[in-house]
Amino acid sequence: MKRNPAAWAFVLPALTVIGLFFVVPVLAGLALSLTDFDLYALASLDNLRFVGLDNYRQVLTRPLFWQALGNTAYFVVLGVPLSIMLSLGCAVLLQSKLARFKPLFRTALFAPVVTTLVAVAVVWRYLFHMRYGWINQLLGHVGIAPIDWLGDPQWAMPAIIVFAAWKNFGGNMIIFIAALQAVPEDLYEAARLDGANAWRQFWHVTLPMLGPTLLMVSILTIAGYFQLFAEPYVMTQGGPLQSTVSVLYLMYEEGFRWWNLGAASAVAFVLFAIIVVVTRGLMLFAQRKGAA
Amino acid sequence: MKGRTVQAIAVNGVLAIAALLTVAPLLWMVAASLMRSGEASSFPPPLLPSAPTLDHYRALIVQGGIVRQFVNSLGLAIAATLLSTTFNTLAGYAFAKLHFSGRDQLFAALIGALVIPGQVAMLPLFLMLKSMGLVNSYAGVLVPSLASIFGIFLVRQYARGIPDELIEAARMDGAGEFRIFFSVVLPLLTPVLATLAVFAFLGSWNDFMWPLIVLTDGELHTLPVALASLSREHVQDSELMMAGAVITVLPVLALFLVLQRYYLQGLTMGGVKQ
Amino acid sequence: MTGQSPSPPERRRWLQRAALVAAMPLAGCGRSSSGRRTLRFWAMGREGEVAHELLAGFRAEQPQIDLRIEQLPWTAAHEKLLTAFAGDATPDVAQIGNTWLPEMVALGAVEPLDTWLHSSPTIAPEDYFSGIWRTNLVDGKLQGLPWYVDTRLLYVRSDLLAKAGFNRMPDTWAGWQQAMLGLQGLGIAHPQLLPLNEFEPLLALALQQDDELLRDGGRRGNFTSPGFERALGFYLQMFERGFAPSLTNNQVSNLWQEFGRGQFALYISGPWNLGEFRRRLGPEQQGLWTTAPLPGPNGPGASIAGGSSLVMFRRSRARREAWALIEYLSRPEVQQHFYRLTGNLPPRRASWSADSLGRDPQALAFAQQLERVRPTPAVPEWERIAQEMQLFAARAAHDKSDPAGVARALDVRVDEFLAKRRWMLDRARPAR
Repeated sequence: MKRNPAAWAFVLPALTVIGLFFVVPVLAGLALSLTDFDLYALASLDNLRFVGLDNYRQVLTRPLFWQALGNTAYFVVLGVPLSIMLSLGCAVLLQSKLARFKPLFRTALFAPVVTTLVAVAVVWRYLFHMRYGWINQLLGHVGIAPIDWLGDPQWAMPAIIVFAAWKNFGGNMIIFIAALQAVPEDLYEAARLDGANAWRQFWHVTLPMLGPTLLMVSILTIAGYFQLFAEPYVMTQGGPLQSTVSVLYLMYEEGFRWWNLGAASAVAFVLFAIIVVVTRGLMLFAQRKGAA
Repeated sequence: MKGRTVQAIAVNGVLAIAALLTVAPLLWMVAASLMRSGEASSFPPPLLPSAPTLDHYRALIVQGGIVRQFVNSLGLAIAATLLSTTFNTLAGYAFAKLHFSGRDQLFAALIGALVIPGQVAMLPLFLMLKSMGLVNSYAGVLVPSLASIFGIFLVRQYARGIPDELIEAARMDGAGEFRIFFSVVLPLLTPVLATLAVFAFLGSWNDFMWPLIVLTDGELHTLPVALASLSREHVQDSELMMAGAVITVLPVLALFLVLQRYYLQGLTMGGVKQ
Repeated sequence: MTGQSPSPPERRRWLQRAALVAAMPLAGCGRSSSGRRTLRFWAMGREGEVAHELLAGFRAEQPQIDLRIEQLPWTAAHEKLLTAFAGDATPDVAQIGNTWLPEMVALGAVEPLDTWLHSSPTIAPEDYFSGIWRTNLVDGKLQGLPWYVDTRLLYVRSDLLAKAGFNRMPDTWAGWQQAMLGLQGLGIAHPQLLPLNEFEPLLALALQQDDELLRDGGRRGNFTSPGFERALGFYLQMFERGFAPSLTNNQVSNLWQEFGRGQFALYISGPWNLGEFRRRLGPEQQGLWTTAPLPGPNGPGASIAGGSSLVMFRRSRARREAWALIEYLSRPEVQQHFYRLTGNLPPRRASWSADSLGRDPQALAFAQQLERVRPTPAVPEWERIAQEMQLFAARAAHDKSDPAGVARALDVRVDEFLAKRRWMLDRARPAR
């Protein structure tokens, strides 16, 4: 393998950016999380103390952290399946030979993905309004009493889950469409000859073939959903009663609102560890299931 | 045959309803932005404006300074697109086709780093930029988006499909690496370049958290940051908010409609294993 | 040519181009053209909205100053100020809530104004309300100049109150509850608007008590005192008895409209709403509302000694110009203009003697309330403590918890916040 010194000129710009503005800060964040860097330290570094794992201990014993983790987990456990089911469902429908106007439908279903989160979060905040919002209007037509979506601690996170599903399902839908296109036609033909209807074809042909894609999409979506922040920031400011405080929102508040950078960095790393554990766990689980 | 017609109606019907429900909030956003002040907050809420008015747009443009913020967003997005596409393409090609020590380990490390949430780096990065004097400046906003691991990955995937013989032949002819890159490889990479550019533009335009943290001067604010600030201050003025939302969303929707192909192909390239 | 790596000139040229492109955004940031001095001023909320109009005269008087006004929403102002300090991006002058002064001083962010004051003939300290002047003295030095005074009292739909049988707002807690009962009898389900994300009402009730909010030199919380528990109990009762709806101010779509429509009849708020109600309610509705001082446990009650001060940042490079701006905004005529624009009350008695303020019955209630204001503890952590107090109260209102338990939990949390302060104070004076 011939070494090519020119290659360094090619990779250096990107690597410098990534190294200097990502890797170094991550390492610095790790260091920060071992100190009690706060407002006083911002004023004068004399006020900085090394505290070892104290920040981590405090984070893990704070009730608000566990509430944030619970909120985030709630978001992930309900939101990811909802989003994936919508994506898969729409992908299957779009792939059906009976569907017309495919490009039009596909564009419409994908549009929310490219919109600016802040802008559409503002729009949905009004849609969710208890008296003047359209969602309660529509529910009213079906006979359901108005729900205080963004004011009731029970309903605020479901509201964000619905909003996030609307915003994101298009992305995975496109991936599923590509994966569906890769399923060989003769498998469906064989199933049809065996007398399988559409539903059984889906269950016995499509789903197994989609396995690896489903796994990858799930893992990426789960990792992404754990990083919930912008929606609570714009729509609910973590409320009502902190029912929509996510782990990242907690980090933002500790770090940028109260300037407890040590504690905030600890929260960020704990989140990182959780994401790694969950995604690795899922991959191991899938591997074992695949091997069985 | 009748069964198929019923099925066809069912499939298309569901798709139509889904499409309508998906697009409805965006349509309402436009409708509400044209309503008079207070009209959207009435019971029952109206679907269409009774007397469409451009007042809110006028207010935003003339008094709200939204033109400045639009220009900020546009300028930053263009700069981010040009720079990151350049950096990512150069690096992606090198990882695919050029040999250097530690290449594969370095790439594996980069892929591993994809798991780290970007927000972990934000606080220390803010302090670092402060010591460099870049807080509250355009450069400060640009800096984290100048290169992306995902972009490098995309380019590498695509560039691997370029036949080695082409490159070898050019080397035999005595061309330098940069010459080879610009005249032989780049033309072949145009599809993925277009995809990268679209991703980068959308990513920069829609970026919210980082500009929120880095920019304090209202004059430098991008549209999402300005909109978030407006929405906290004027929580009562829904129609004004909707106008701001339309101004923020319309450009990227338009861009997407025109360049759909490249965006969607990029998603599939990154998403489905070849 | 033999196969070689890119020649050094080629590579260098490319790097130069890259450096140029990267450096372009850095140049020309924040510099003013044509030799004028840039002066950056941050104002919040309604004050930010009127700042341009208010300062037109300043621009005319000082054409060599390029005044840049930044408007911040109150909900983000505190974190924006801290972020700016952390990022070395503070403005030259800013309006800040006077409860934030101890924090700014602890950071070393603001410049003491004593020397500037001595050189200024137009500003007489004796002219200011003494209680307000005192809130600007930290560590014995004047750290900010009061811009306007602020407190909280009741905005009342007097016509609805009259229909319920009260021709003026009662001044005791018991009377207050009677009034709300009466209004409920008129068919108003929740007559008192008390947004659960505003801490000022509960704070005002707490300040009406004899007990301090923090003890031990601001080292520990004192929320388990009988005074605070009494205040918290009264506050929570408002929700329990249905006098106040359980919601935040985000959920009120348009509070001025709803006040005008009579969806609620009582609202605890500050002077800026004088201007807002006058602007947003129709002329036929202006006779229907008025203001009234806060009722206390046994008679007229105390309220918050709030307000905004103008501060000069230590890192400012335009200090002379900054002082010129602060001086301009302290002139009685300008303060009267400010009052007309916003309803914000001047901190100088000279400004109060003007016709409009002296004869304004709704402003007079504020004058009365300002005689009974108490400051909050001057600790840097106060903003966070106040927010946490409100979070606990909101949760208690929702869960219908017992005030004593809430107070105990709040004390534990506040003690955590103050841990670093304890360390710093005890470090400074080791033998105690």
